[in-house]
Amino acid sequence: MLTQIIAISLGAILTNNFIFSQFLGCCPFLGCSSKVDTATGMGLAVVFVMGLASAICWVIYTYVLVPLGLTFLNTLAFILVIAALVQFVEMFLKKSVPSLYSALGIYLPLITTNCAVLGVVLLNVQNHYNFLESVVYGVTGGLGFMLAIVLFASVRERIAFADYPESFEGFPICLVSAGLLALAFMGFSGMKIV
Amino acid sequence: MNIKKQFKEGLITNNPVLVQLIGMCATMAITTTLFNGVGMGLSVLVILTCCNVVVSAIRKIIPDEIRLAIFVVVIAGFVTIVDLLLQAFIPALSAALGVFIPLIVVNCIIIGRAEAFCQKNTVGASFFDGIFQGLGYTCVLIVMCVVREFLGSGRFGGGLIDVTNGFRFTLDGTGGGIQIFPADYGASILNLPFGGFITLGCLIALMQFALKRSKKKKEEAEKAPQDEEKEVA
Repeated sequence: MLTQIIAISLGAILTNNFIFSQFLGCCPFLGCSSKVDTATGMGLAVVFVMGLASAICWVIYTYVLVPLGLTFLNTLAFILVIAALVQFVEMFLKKSVPSLYSALGIYLPLITTNCAVLGVVLLNVQNHYNFLESVVYGVTGGLGFMLAIVLFASVRERIAFADYPESFEGFPICLVSAGLLALAFMGFSGMKIV
Repeated sequence: MNIKKQFKEGLITNNPVLVQLIGMCATMAITTTLFNGVGMGLSVLVILTCCNVVVSAIRKIIPDEIRLAIFVVVIAGFVTIVDLLLQAFIPALSAALGVFIPLIVVNCIIIGRAEAFCQKNTVGASFFDGIFQGLGYTCVLIVMCVVREFLGSGRFGGGLIDVTNGFRFTLDGTGGGIQIFPADYGASILNLPFGGFITLGCLIALMQFALKRSKKKKEEAEKAPQDEEKEVA
């Protein structure tokens, strides 16, 4: 059981990193990574929402969709759950932890359309994870996202001073450096949990 | 809105991936064989067109505050339909694209077009917008697939074209494609995630270069007659 959990966590953070090997959540990864501060905020918000979404969607899938034989509606149900969840988290934070709310700012509502969140709940179903495994996969997947976006933001702060061809300005140079980071993460793929 | 202008916008000047820079996740993830690229592109095209038509048809009824939620429900409905159709009729494609078919729900292209275009335009214009934006997306996917497949494993049309018993198209993903040079000589690194990032980066850079150049040319063309007038004066 414990090895399974450790395997899932290491897989989600390093070997099968959500961004660098599964390409989930690239839009916020490229959009919100110009500064390390905002990248950290975004990463934290994603960890939080991914963990919560995994837990709630697992409950809804197992106790509502499966008994009713509506599993083919899972995409529709999950996206609604995520949208409602993000809205709820936003209201909750606004009332009770205003400092965190203002730190996350616009990134909270944007998480609804982060494909890493919908991706993780769909993968939970696909891999037949139980409740604990789903939550672990959600949280560690979010941590992997956070690691990637913080690393990338630090790289981007230095790219600003680099000398690259004019046509590569903006997104292209970011994509190329993200590719190099992905290559670095490939190094983890040899790891195996005994 | 004339169709010709929309066509040009969808494919070149306002291409969803290369210019608007949205919908990149799937673009980088699934473009390893031509089979995946064409399948994904056409799925998005169909979903985008249907969603555009529905959203623009109901644009006057839906209240402004909850419009995004309604868009998402419409999109998720069509995505589910396409997902189930693919599972039933082209299971190989469904297996190859995996989680990326349901993830079309959160593909920014579709919600972006609903928000930016369909809300303000008629059903007909939205229909063509869906087709052309979808075509623009499909073209980018195809270009990425062709480049990555050719440089990565020396093939063309993997999964889609079968040449073992004469030339034919397959839909079960078993076609080996046309081998142009031995796979061992290919830069197999392009088949890895790294290849997705790099190829898309270079493609966008190329697009920026081309757009900048055509803009410059236009400016020069506008400038030239003015200079002549000055000289005359």
